[in-house]
Amino acid sequence: MIELIKKSNYDFMGKRHIAFAVSGILSLLGILAIVAIGRGTANLGIDFAGGTAVQLKFEKPVNLHQVREAVGASGIKDAELQDMPTERKVLIIIKKQDEQAVGLSDKVIAAVEKGVAANKITVDSVSEIGPKVGKKLRVDAMWAIIASIVGILIYVGWRFQFSFSVGATAATFHDVLAVLGVFYVFGLEINLILLTALLTIAGYSLTDTVVVFDRIRENLRVMFKDPVERTINKSINEVLSRTIVTSITVLLASISLYLFGGEVIHEFALAMILGVVVGTYSSVFVASPVVLVWSGNKPLVKKS
Amino acid sequence: MKKTVKWRFALIGLAAVLSVVFLLPNTPIFKLMPEGYRTNMPDKGIILGLDLQGGIYLVFEVEGQKAVEQTIVRSSLNIKKLLDKKNLKADVKTEAANIIVTPASADVRKVIEGTYTTMIARESGGSVSYTLSDKEAKAIKDNATEQALETIRNRIDQFGVTEPVIQRQGVNELIVQLPGVKDPKRAIELIGKTAQLEFRLVDDDAPIAAEIPLSIKPAEEEELIKKYADKIPQDAELRFERHINKETNEITKKPMLLKKEIAMTGDSLSEARVAIDSRFNTPYVSITFNTEGAKLFEEVTGRYVKKRLAIILDDNIYSAPVIQEKIAGGNAQITGSYTMEEAKDLSIVLRAGSLPAPVKMHQNVTVGPSLGRDSIEAGKIASLAAFVLVASFMLVYYKLSGLIADLALTLNIFFLLGVMAAMNATLTMPGIAGIVLAIGMAVDTNVLLFERMRDELKLGKTPRSAVDSGYDKAFLTIVDSHVTTLITAAVLFQFGTGPIKGFAVTLSIGIIINLFTSLIGTKAVFDFIHTKKEVKSLSI
Repeated sequence: MIELIKKSNYDFMGKRHIAFAVSGILSLLGILAIVAIGRGTANLGIDFAGGTAVQLKFEKPVNLHQVREAVGASGIKDAELQDMPTERKVLIIIKKQDEQAVGLSDKVIAAVEKGVAANKITVDSVSEIGPKVGKKLRVDAMWAIIASIVGILIYVGWRFQFSFSVGATAATFHDVLAVLGVFYVFGLEINLILLTALLTIAGYSLTDTVVVFDRIRENLRVMFKDPVERTINKSINEVLSRTIVTSITVLLASISLYLFGGEVIHEFALAMILGVVVGTYSSVFVASPVVLVWSGNKPLVKKS
Repeated sequence: MKKTVKWRFALIGLAAVLSVVFLLPNTPIFKLMPEGYRTNMPDKGIILGLDLQGGIYLVFEVEGQKAVEQTIVRSSLNIKKLLDKKNLKADVKTEAANIIVTPASADVRKVIEGTYTTMIARESGGSVSYTLSDKEAKAIKDNATEQALETIRNRIDQFGVTEPVIQRQGVNELIVQLPGVKDPKRAIELIGKTAQLEFRLVDDDAPIAAEIPLSIKPAEEEELIKKYADKIPQDAELRFERHINKETNEITKKPMLLKKEIAMTGDSLSEARVAIDSRFNTPYVSITFNTEGAKLFEEVTGRYVKKRLAIILDDNIYSAPVIQEKIAGGNAQITGSYTMEEAKDLSIVLRAGSLPAPVKMHQNVTVGPSLGRDSIEAGKIASLAAFVLVASFMLVYYKLSGLIADLALTLNIFFLLGVMAAMNATLTMPGIAGIVLAIGMAVDTNVLLFERMRDELKLGKTPRSAVDSGYDKAFLTIVDSHVTTLITAAVLFQFGTGPIKGFAVTLSIGIIINLFTSLIGTKAVFDFIHTKKEVKSLSI
């Protein structure tokens, strides 16, 4: 039998203060991101912000500066350019919250064609999002977040005792905030595909938590005379290897996506990798300590 | 026990057969099947999303208010005629969606309101303004959206796109999806053209007409309109004809003073086709009116002999030839400086009819065919890599039991694709990501089971009871760990756009099937092994 972790006996709960500090910082990053989104200072994708994105593929290697000049020469200001030199692709993003955003791609393409006439281009993709659609997507995103939160809360509340519900909910929020925070801090784009990843993380976050919680509940019934802290520690140690193994499999899948899945879902895969790692951490260091703090260290005499 | 094992294998076998049947259309084998099979059995399979096969996704808003305003303009002209007939002197103007009549005398109001019974009148400062009731305005807008959908469908059909999707969204929006379009720009222009054809008299008799410059640069257009705003007659306006110099590609605009009155519209066209002018070898569009239109055209041309009649499409003058003599027979030509392709598109929009109101594009997502191909390739490699990595991990970590899990995983993916094919679901790039994640999550179920079995074995249970109680105890954990993912997938399905819906579909089907394969499939294999002989040890 190969075992990742042989019989372990770590004092996870004893480190809860350090864990709370780390988790607090991670969550704070996420809250900062939300504030920045609200104030319009975050790097929102054009699906939320409105605007035009054009991805061009060049026949020969291209100088980004030259493309920037070409776009600028056509009178388009505030274009952001992203270079993908290995694939000879350039992404041109113009964020614009007005009606003119739709139909701008023709102008951009013509400008680049003119500016780098010696280099043949093919249009990889175009997206133009008008202010109305941008607004609709933002509203839909909001509803999606609310609906997911409500759905998860109802399920968790139905399946667990109150203190466990609080722990599971805290861990879920923590995971989503942490990933959002990391994206924000590194200036990565906050867009529809990231939101998809975040909601998936919220759903998946509970997988590891459930594994730990189920064992805690089981052990509480047997060890009802022990302090809760000891029971929780024992439970986490018992299921540590499966907590990690279930994460490893999803992590392997996410890494495959990240490495081979192509540019379209690169960021999605990155978010999933972060989410799975943070989710595993949080089931041990957020969900369980919260249960402990919430219910107190007194033995839980609760036979069912 | 033996019987239930058999049943479970039968169930898995049935699911496998069904998956093959539904997936067949996605394989080259389907083409080799006999005709009878192809027509009677599922023939669609999984559909590739626009992001994978390339294509365009457009959202248009039909500006129904413009249709309302056009109705108002028509009504105002009729009101003017009506008042003239009764010898009532009144000034009739339109302002947005209002008709303003001065003076608001009792006689005038009686005549108008006798005919237009449903219009809402509001009197103020000696004028009376009429507007459509909300109900009527809504009906016009609604009708405009419906008609625009039909017209766009017509245009796309003539343009030649396989399997276009054109649907209405809400009150005034249209979604157009065109898979595999080679020239997106041209398609967008074709759809978005209002194509309202008008014939109007050029007002060369107005004294100011001689003052207007013959040709200007495009940038000077607004300035010119401003300059002449007060000088041109009330019943005329400035419009422009666009010229492209073939050698220098320089664009110039030729201003013309046009009568506001529309002599004739393109509503009564019966045919429009591209022809080549043999003298200059340039394309033009030849149009033919229906009987009614031909009569009207004859009358109009008869009335305006030796005058210039401008042919206007969507506010642009195409040409303004001098009418030499009355034209009978209902044929006319629209010449102008355009390419063969433009002439072809013009003939399509004229044939398919005009949009009842202009449309405004709100969203355009275009994916080129090469990016789509790259995505498919990347998706294949990522899926394969994920499968190999996860399967090897399971095999190394859980040995023979891991092999059973891998078998379940293979079935899992196979069933997932089968269900998608049966639903004719759309596979998108995020959808592929969903499959890859489902691969990772699918084995989680088996991981939880196996770890439980290990626990039971450590407690000294026999392999047989370790399997049974492992299943019993892990069951709820497994359900719990999947349900929340299902909740968010359902939310994503509800609120997500096309590609993301695809993600929600693959992920949720993947999870549900995973419950099936691991709780029924894997268990059946374990039970099967036990029915053969009482195993001494479990390879786990």
